[in-house]
Amino acid sequence: MLLYEKKRDALIVRLTGELDHRAAESIRDELDGLIAGTNPRRLVFDLSGLQFMDSSGVGLIIGRYKRMKRRGGSVAVSKCDARIDKVLRMSGLYQIVERLA
Amino acid sequence: MTFVNEMRLDFDALPENEAFARLAVSGFMLPLDPTMEELADVKTAVSEAVTNAIVHGYSGGPGTVRLCAGYSRNGDFQVDVIDHGRGIEDIRQAMQPFFTTASGPEERTGMGFTVMESFMDDVDVRSKPGQGTTVRLTKRIRLREDQMLPRRA
Repeated sequence: MLLYEKKRDALIVRLTGELDHRAAESIRDELDGLIAGTNPRRLVFDLSGLQFMDSSGVGLIIGRYKRMKRRGGSVAVSKCDARIDKVLRMSGLYQIVERLA
Repeated sequence: MTFVNEMRLDFDALPENEAFARLAVSGFMLPLDPTMEELADVKTAVSEAVTNAIVHGYSGGPGTVRLCAGYSRNGDFQVDVIDHGRGIEDIRQAMQPFFTTASGPEERTGMGFTVMESFMDDVDVRSKPGQGTTVRLTKRIRLREDQMLPRRA
């Protein structure tokens, strides 16, 4: 599931539940609609509500990174636990996406 | 490996069964009393292998995915994720980080096998083009000292 708020020029998206291939496919269009509709300079994923994530979640974040980059914006992830951090680090995501506390 | 407990499960190659496969395998493992981390490692690896079977093996079309799992008396856990889909031409290439055959709207990172290898002790892939793929995932679950599983009768 997906909750969001706009703070100045940042779109903060909070993901909850289990982010696998199925979940990534089902929220991708909603996320892209939000980006198009709110026109943020920065997209921040709040991952504190995730109980599970595999490489499909990484794919979702990388896809949004590409979209934000085309618009001249940036992406960050925040509040991920040690498990999710391990998947993100292994995938090389932190080379393109900032990690916030 | 001699198992003291085994299970086999067939399910449709549908994305909604990815979560089911993770739950089924973690439920089966519970008698080993794994740590939260061991459980999460296995769930993540199974999720990657089942997603590969659905997305790549059957290219999102109809098919059946089979899980065969078992564990030995000393806590060696093994799960096979089997599909009878299109198979893999070049297994070594498929296992390289960032390699993916996916195109179109699906956003695959090519990191599935890399994730499996880092969360499990061993990942063995057998595949024949046109016949399907078997991914064997193994992990030693550390048993507590007082915990010895019974032999199978």
